[in-house]
Amino acid sequence: MSADTVETAGFLGWIDKRFPLTKVWKEHLAEYYAPKNMNFWYFFGSLSLLVLVMQIFTGLWLAMSYKPSAADAFGSVEYIMRDVDWGWLIRYMHSTGASAFFIVVYLHMFRALLYGSYRKPRELLWIVGVIIYLAMMATAFFGYLLPWGQMSYWGAQVIVNLFAAVPGIGEDLSVWVRGDYVISDVTLNRFFAFHFLVPFLLAALVFIHIVALHRVGSNNPDGVEIKYGPKGNRWDANAPTDGIPFHPYYTVKDIAGVAVFLFIFSAIVFFWPDLGGLFLEPPNFQPANPLQTPEHIAPVWYFTPFYAMLRAVPPMFGSQFPGVIVMFGAILILFFLPWLDRSPVKSIRYKGILSKIALGIFAVTFIVLAYLGLQPATPVATMFAQIFTGLYFAFFLLMPIYTKLEQTKPVPERVTK
Amino acid sequence: MSAQAVDTSRRRVLIAATSAVGAVGVGFALVPFIASMNPSAKARAAGAPVEADISKLEPGGLLRVKWRGKPVWVVHRTEAMLASLPTLDGELADPNSEVPQQPDYAKNPTRSFKPAYWVGIGICTHLGCAPTYRPDVAPEDLGPAWKGGFFCPCHGSRFDLAGRVYAGVPAPTNLVIPIHTYLSDTTILIGEDKGAA
Repeated sequence: MSADTVETAGFLGWIDKRFPLTKVWKEHLAEYYAPKNMNFWYFFGSLSLLVLVMQIFTGLWLAMSYKPSAADAFGSVEYIMRDVDWGWLIRYMHSTGASAFFIVVYLHMFRALLYGSYRKPRELLWIVGVIIYLAMMATAFFGYLLPWGQMSYWGAQVIVNLFAAVPGIGEDLSVWVRGDYVISDVTLNRFFAFHFLVPFLLAALVFIHIVALHRVGSNNPDGVEIKYGPKGNRWDANAPTDGIPFHPYYTVKDIAGVAVFLFIFSAIVFFWPDLGGLFLEPPNFQPANPLQTPEHIAPVWYFTPFYAMLRAVPPMFGSQFPGVIVMFGAILILFFLPWLDRSPVKSIRYKGILSKIALGIFAVTFIVLAYLGLQPATPVATMFAQIFTGLYFAFFLLMPIYTKLEQTKPVPERVTK
Repeated sequence: MSAQAVDTSRRRVLIAATSAVGAVGVGFALVPFIASMNPSAKARAAGAPVEADISKLEPGGLLRVKWRGKPVWVVHRTEAMLASLPTLDGELADPNSEVPQQPDYAKNPTRSFKPAYWVGIGICTHLGCAPTYRPDVAPEDLGPAWKGGFFCPCHGSRFDLAGRVYAGVPAPTNLVIPIHTYLSDTTILIGEDKGAA
C-alpha cells in the first residue's frame, strides 16, 4: 500500500495518506495474530503497561503539590495527605502502584522463564525487557528518596555508598552522585529531576519492547512458533491457523485481567496502603535525620533479594566491592539468559525434570532472599543468605549443563489446548 | 564533477575526520553537565571547619557535632575504657590502624590526639549508617565479651571505643578520624589541623 493509494476514504483516508494510522491499527491490534492458547500468565504484560500509565498520571499530580527540598519535602507529602483534596488517594495509588509494578513485572518475567520466551528469536525482546527492569529499579530508587523520611534518607545513603566501594574513583563518584558530601537538599532535588525523567525513557523502552515483540510474534505456553504452523484462519488466508487477532480477543481478555487486578489494587489502596510496613515502611513516617540511623534499615521489598546478596558477601581485601559486584552481577546475569539455556525445547511443559526442579528452586530462592533482605543481619540469616545467593547464581550458571543433560518431551506440531 | 569517479578513500578520511572532531566537540560539551553535578560552591563552603566545646563533656559521655553534614563524635573515655582497649587487639581487624583512616597524629593505640578524647566520624565504614554508642559493658544483646564501643544496627558491624573495627563484621575498616586540632583545653577544631598532618 503506497502513500498515494489508501483503502480508506473520507477523513480517515485523509489521515492515512499523511500518517499510517489504519496500517498501525491493523498490524499491531486488529490483524496482529497472537497464539490462541495464551493463558493466565499472559495478563501481566498488559497489566504492567496499565501500572506504568497509572504511575505517570498519579506522579504528575503528586508533582503539582510536592516540593523537592530538604526543608519542605516531608511536610509537602503530609500536606498532600491531609490538605490536598483527594491527595491521599493519589499518593496511595502511587505508592501502592510502585509495589504493584514490581509484582506484575516479576510475574511477567517468571512467565518468560516458564515458557522460554527469552529464547531465539526473542533474545532482543528479552534484553529490552531487562533494560526496562533496570530503568524501573532506577526510577524506584530515585523516587524512594522523595518523601524524605528516615528510610528514604538512610536507604539512599546505603545505596549511594555502594558507588564509594568502587576502587580508586569510588569516593569522588559517590560525591558526584550526591552533589554533596552527604545526602542533602542537592541530592533530593536532582533525584526528583531524575525520578520525573526516567519514566518517559521507560515508556520509550516499552514502545521498543512492543515493536520487538511484534517483529518476532508472541510466544505461548507450548513454545511453538505459530508462524511455522499451518496457514489460514477465518479472518485471513495467510495468517497462522493457531493465531487469533489481538483485538478484540486479547484486548477483551486483558480487560478482564485489568478488572481483577483493580479489585485487588483498590482493596490495598483503600484498606491496607502500608501493607504491614512492606509497601510503606514505618521509619518513613519520621522526617529524615542525618544524625540518627533507624534501628534497622531494609530497602523496600522489591529490592531486598539483591540487598540480601549484597550483605551475604563478606568484605575482601579491606573493601566491600565484591558484595557490590555480586549484587549487580545478579541483575546483569539476566542479560545472558537466552544463551545459557541450551535445551532443545522452549517451554517448561516439554523440558525435563532438572529444569523443572531448577526453576522451582529459583522461585523459592528469590522469595527467601527477599525475606532475608528484610531481616536484620544475624549470623544465621547471613549464612542462609550465602547459601541462597549460591543457589541464585547456580540456576543461571549451571543452566547450560542441566538443560543439555535432561531428557525432554516431544514438542507437538501445533499449540495445544 | 559527475564524470569523475568517486574517491572513496578520500571520502572515508573526511568522514572519519569529521566524526572525530564531532566526538571531541560532544566530549567538551559534556564537561559542564558532568561538572555541574559536583558539590556547588555553597556545598563546599558548608564543609568549613567547626568548633566543638568539650568543657561540659562528662567522662563516658559522647558529644555529637555536625561537620560537612556528617556526625562527628567526641567521646570522653574513662580510665577503665582506655584500659580495656589493648585487651581487644586480638579480636580486631586492624588493631594498629594500618589502613589510613586517620591522620598520623591519631595512629596510636588510642587513635586520638589526647588519650581521653576520641574524635571520629560516626558513619559506619560499611554502608554509611550511623552506629549507636554502646558504652555499657556486657549488655544482653551484644554478649558478655562486649567492653563498650559502637554497634551499627544496619548490618551488625562492631567497633571498639577507639573506633577500631572487629574482625568478621561487614565493615571493612576502622571508623574514620577527621583532621582536627585543639584550640584550647576545652575546644576542638574539626576539619582543620594547621598542617599538623
